[in-house]
Amino acid sequence: MRYIEPHGHMVSRTTNDYQAMITAGCAAVCEPAFWAGFDRGSADGFRDYYRQLTEHEPARAAKFMLPHYCWLCLNPKEAEDLSLAKDVLAMIPEFIDRPNVLGIGEIGLNRNTRNEMKVLEQHIEIAVKYDQLILVHTPHLEDKLKGTKLIVDLLKSHSGVNPDRVIIDHVEEHTIQAVLDQGFWAGITLYPDSKSSPPRAVDMLEICGRERIWLNSACDWGISDPLAVPKTAIEMRHRGYSAEFVDQILFQNPVRFLSQCPKFSVPVT
Amino acid sequence: MHPPQPDSPPANSANKALVDDSFVPVRAKLIEVAAFLDRVERHGVDGDFRCQALNKAAQVLLDGEPERARRILESLSDPTTEPDDVSTGKPAVGAWQKPATQ
Repeated sequence: MRYIEPHGHMVSRTTNDYQAMITAGCAAVCEPAFWAGFDRGSADGFRDYYRQLTEHEPARAAKFMLPHYCWLCLNPKEAEDLSLAKDVLAMIPEFIDRPNVLGIGEIGLNRNTRNEMKVLEQHIEIAVKYDQLILVHTPHLEDKLKGTKLIVDLLKSHSGVNPDRVIIDHVEEHTIQAVLDQGFWAGITLYPDSKSSPPRAVDMLEICGRERIWLNSACDWGISDPLAVPKTAIEMRHRGYSAEFVDQILFQNPVRFLSQCPKFSVPVT
Repeated sequence: MHPPQPDSPPANSANKALVDDSFVPVRAKLIEVAAFLDRVERHGVDGDFRCQALNKAAQVLLDGEPERARRILESLSDPTTEPDDVSTGKPAVGAWQKPATQ
């Protein structure tokens, strides 16, 4: 089996996790910029983080022959501070041409505030200006439904945004159809308690179809599972789906979306 | 845009396995819900808005209508549509509570 981990926060994971992912068939890992678990004190903290994402982490993954890609942004959790956001967003173009940068993400909303909306809009402007793919984080728990609607409306209102180049992540049963109906890609996140389980993910595939959907673990510093994606293949096979079906969802779909960035490539076996 | 093409389990799959494989784990989760509601009642915190929201959401399980997961998620969601003026600075808690000022 082969699969792509399109959303893993590997800076928070151990080297053992890289070993396990490679052993399970991971062909590439993609790492969106995110919240460190604490608010960074200055824009310089983000500069170091972007260097980690574009220099150190791909080198760490390369020791296991695993292609590592990343996305750049100021995570919505830290977007309430407009002054910090201005400084950090000004820095992103310095890194955007680096060889493992796929686009702008994971941008989006956290608590659905006006400041978060402003910073989201600024990120979208950068993505459009530099012709970048977009990866969107949708809010947690009770904020997800409203936040997803706000995000979809904002993206649809921008004439420069091509929905086929945008993945809206962390969808659940109450948001996935609205995302797909508007032409965006949808990411189902396999994460304990606060997002989807493998059986629910397969349920959503049965209900919404197999097109423009990827699965990811969003493994990070919290209780999460870097092998959640390949484990979901077990659920698919238990339900009688073919190896070809599993390959489409776990490998071909993410490759199709990510290949819209010319920097992305994986060895096709 | 083409409408999504729903995927059905393959015709030759043993659908009974869905129940065979999942019944006991799901049974355990339902008992956890019941035990949680008993526990918060016993400790006098069942008036917490989250517990009340859970009770309300659980009603969806009994109405015999489909799309239970979607409707439970919606039941626990913020129903407002405008961005908030300021952040509370607190994380999401899993159930929406109408702000006191509204």
